[in-house]
Amino acid sequence: MKPFRRRRRGGPVATFEPGEAHLLVNLSRQLVELLRDRNGADEADADPLAAQLGLGGPSEPPDDPVLQRLLPDAYRDDAGEAGEFRRFTERSLTSTKVGNAETLIASLVDAGLDPQPTADPRGQAPVEVELTPDAVQAWLRSLTDIRLAVAVRLGIEDESDLEIVAHSDDEAVVAMSEIYDWLGYVQESLVTSLD
Amino acid sequence: MTKTAPVQHREPEVDATLEPETPWVTIVWNDPVNLMSYVAYVFRTYFGYTEAKATELMMAVHHEGKAVVSSGSREQMERHVQAMHEFGLWATLQKDT
Repeated sequence: MKPFRRRRRGGPVATFEPGEAHLLVNLSRQLVELLRDRNGADEADADPLAAQLGLGGPSEPPDDPVLQRLLPDAYRDDAGEAGEFRRFTERSLTSTKVGNAETLIASLVDAGLDPQPTADPRGQAPVEVELTPDAVQAWLRSLTDIRLAVAVRLGIEDESDLEIVAHSDDEAVVAMSEIYDWLGYVQESLVTSLD
Repeated sequence: MTKTAPVQHREPEVDATLEPETPWVTIVWNDPVNLMSYVAYVFRTYFGYTEAKATELMMAVHHEGKAVVSSGSREQMERHVQAMHEFGLWATLQKDT
């Protein structure tokens, strides 16, 4: 991978190996699926006008800890106010996050990645993406959402947990922690390229 | 602001409209995931803070666990909190204390 850097003219550019690009797509798809599950339950019987106005969303926080972190309470010590705020805003927040993840996927597909889950990354060419200003914003936010999701699944709750997972005896945890670090490296390069 | 009893709602309500509104604040909480560079970037680009101010607020979040990043009307703070959640930052609003 060549991390994001700024071209003299144009947006930030990065080159991903096919396996890396597939990883980003897979993680983004998992995020979309999780968020859609949250929005979908109410969508079927929602009043269309209320849905259009962004009203009538759920007032209870999600059960899934990843969704709890992605869609947090806006009021810390007032469940009533938090529920009311959530009812009016959560669906729009969820849709925005889905849109960002879809933009990230589209950037990679537009740059030549075969998005089929069964596509064999071996033999595919590296994927060079150049981000428009809108895509930059979607990537920044979606990389954050994906990193938050991976961190919750890894059980990272404070800084010291980062060391613990990196030295876990469980190979799957170590592998996921390497993915987490790599996602941070990608995002850091994107943020730095914007200076 | 507290609600007034119906029997005496006239006078207190007139007074209440003259009182300056209690300011509300947006608080961003520390988390181990968000990159320091990203948090400073969000404060700079979303709130329009200078690099120095954005970095100072980011460091306050990092070292003190939280920081007040904006104050104003409740509606403004609700918009800010929603925007912070879109960025993936953990934010809440409350009445200024």
